[in-house]
Amino acid sequence: MADTTTSQGAAHSDSRAVAFRGGGFAPRPRRWVGALVFVVLILVAEWGTRAGWISALTLPKPTDVLETFRELYESGMLFRHLGPSLSRLVVGAAIGASIGISVGVLIGLFSYIRSGLVPLVAAIFPIPKIALLPLFVIWFGIGEGSKYALIAFGTFTPTVVATYGAVDNVDRTLIRMGQSFGLSWWSIVRKIVLPGAMPGILSGLRISLAIAIILLVAAEMLGAEYGIGAYILEAGSLYDLERLFAGVVILSLLGVTVSTVIGAIERRLLNWRS
Amino acid sequence: MDIRLDGITHAYDDFEVLRDISLDIASGQIVCIVGPSGCGKSTLLRFIGGLERPNAGRVLQIGAPPPDSLNPLTYIFQDFALLPWRTVAGNISLVLEDHGIRNAAAQEIIADVLARTKLSDFSGALPKQLSGGMKQRVAIARALAVRPAVMLMDEPLSALDAQTRELLMDDLVDLWTRQPFTAVYVTHNLAEAVRLGHKVVVLSRRPGQIREIVSIDTPLGERAFGDAELDRHQKHLWQLMRDEARAADAELIHG
Ligand SMILES: Nc1ncnc2c1ncn2[C@@H]1O[C@H](COP(=O)(O)OP(=O)(O)OP(=O)(O)O)[C@@H](O)[C@H]1O
Ligand SMILES: [Mg+2]
Repeated sequence: MADTTTSQGAAHSDSRAVAFRGGGFAPRPRRWVGALVFVVLILVAEWGTRAGWISALTLPKPTDVLETFRELYESGMLFRHLGPSLSRLVVGAAIGASIGISVGVLIGLFSYIRSGLVPLVAAIFPIPKIALLPLFVIWFGIGEGSKYALIAFGTFTPTVVATYGAVDNVDRTLIRMGQSFGLSWWSIVRKIVLPGAMPGILSGLRISLAIAIILLVAAEMLGAEYGIGAYILEAGSLYDLERLFAGVVILSLLGVTVSTVIGAIERRLLNWRS
Repeated sequence: MDIRLDGITHAYDDFEVLRDISLDIASGQIVCIVGPSGCGKSTLLRFIGGLERPNAGRVLQIGAPPPDSLNPLTYIFQDFALLPWRTVAGNISLVLEDHGIRNAAAQEIIADVLARTKLSDFSGALPKQLSGGMKQRVAIARALAVRPAVMLMDEPLSALDAQTRELLMDDLVDLWTRQPFTAVYVTHNLAEAVRLGHKVVVLSRRPGQIREIVSIDTPLGERAFGDAELDRHQKHLWQLMRDEARAADAELIHG
């Protein structure tokens, strides 16, 4: 009699559930995990510097950095540094990204432009743009011009490469469809090629804009009185680690902001993706 | 407007695909083209629609297309070719915008073709929200919106499951019965061919040549499931196709 219950419950004595081996490979946003990683790292640093197993020369105490940051904010210097930096970043990156996207689309569409420019882009991509700063100073002057140029040039190359790759990946059957309905060339580019390339262009922009932030600091090495880069370099030359880190934190926040903004744009513009 | 194919021959480099195809497509008729895989059916359809040019031979339009036709030769693709970033209505308005039809005029046409394809409730949906059958109905609606003189359909139902295919065939027959249209319908499904075709053109294996043209006289609306006459046609077509497919296999073996 004891037997009947098992045979009903499990049908057969040696039956078991099929092992699950699907799932994974589909990362989903988990809201607070990112913030948690930061918090844990900072807490460990704070604990280490207080307890003494991280020496003050290795890493500043996070609370001291926070204090420096507060002073910076209260003295009004934060915005005197942030203002010029942001305008350099915005102007430089806008010039670089818009020229980059245009050239990338042209490379994606025209055989001669592709054959002519792809090797050129490959040749200038690996040049550390920082090395060209003196050249830019000669060409565009020590003022804002050389800074815009450096940032624009640095954003340009990765944007071009990402854009023409994205244009190459636009579904050809959609273009064929546009032609078969007699759409004009310009309509096909505007309504089919550009939206189709948008996912690739946006993910390229993530990289280009991060590079723009890196180059911002480089651009401010020469002849900049104000700017996050100038602030960091000054602190660095004085080995003032608290101020150095305060500056670095600002750059990181800038990076996180840019990435969040692009994420928001992607969610709005690319909600058609399944 | 009729279409006449006159001695179409084509090779990609040295790879001969089509040989001397001559065919008349009469206005108001559906011509089905069947043939073994790779015999050049899709290529032929691209020639008819002007997307590619044959090495020799001509595709002729006989008579002018109806004056209100926006795009006389209009394709319906196997993989639907809907823009995923546009809604159902947006996909249809895409093909109207270039003709300067916008706003109210466009809305009217869109509402009409969506009603004819039973999609009125889905005008705001994105393609990712639709089933395969619905996507193909959107593509048909889009084609109807430009009032084509000839519809060029390349295996339009092949990406769909058997039930959806049956339903869509019924829809096509309905559309045709209400307002006869001209179509060239490429398929490798003989049931589709005998169900929809006034003429069925059988192509040989590559290089594609016309083996036989079968006319089916039963009116489209009366072609019931399991009709003896249709079955006879389908068996005959299968006989022809099987010979070609066998010969193609044998060629592969003997190089
Ligand atoms: N652009 C091209 N360049 C070179 N070869 C091509 C090209 N397009 C098609 N072919 C070749 O021509 C032959 C006919 O192709 P096509 O697509 O017209 O065949 P099909 O009858 O539509 O075949 P299927 O039933 O598989 O759709 C194939 O062997 C194909 O490889
Ligand atoms: Mg084909």
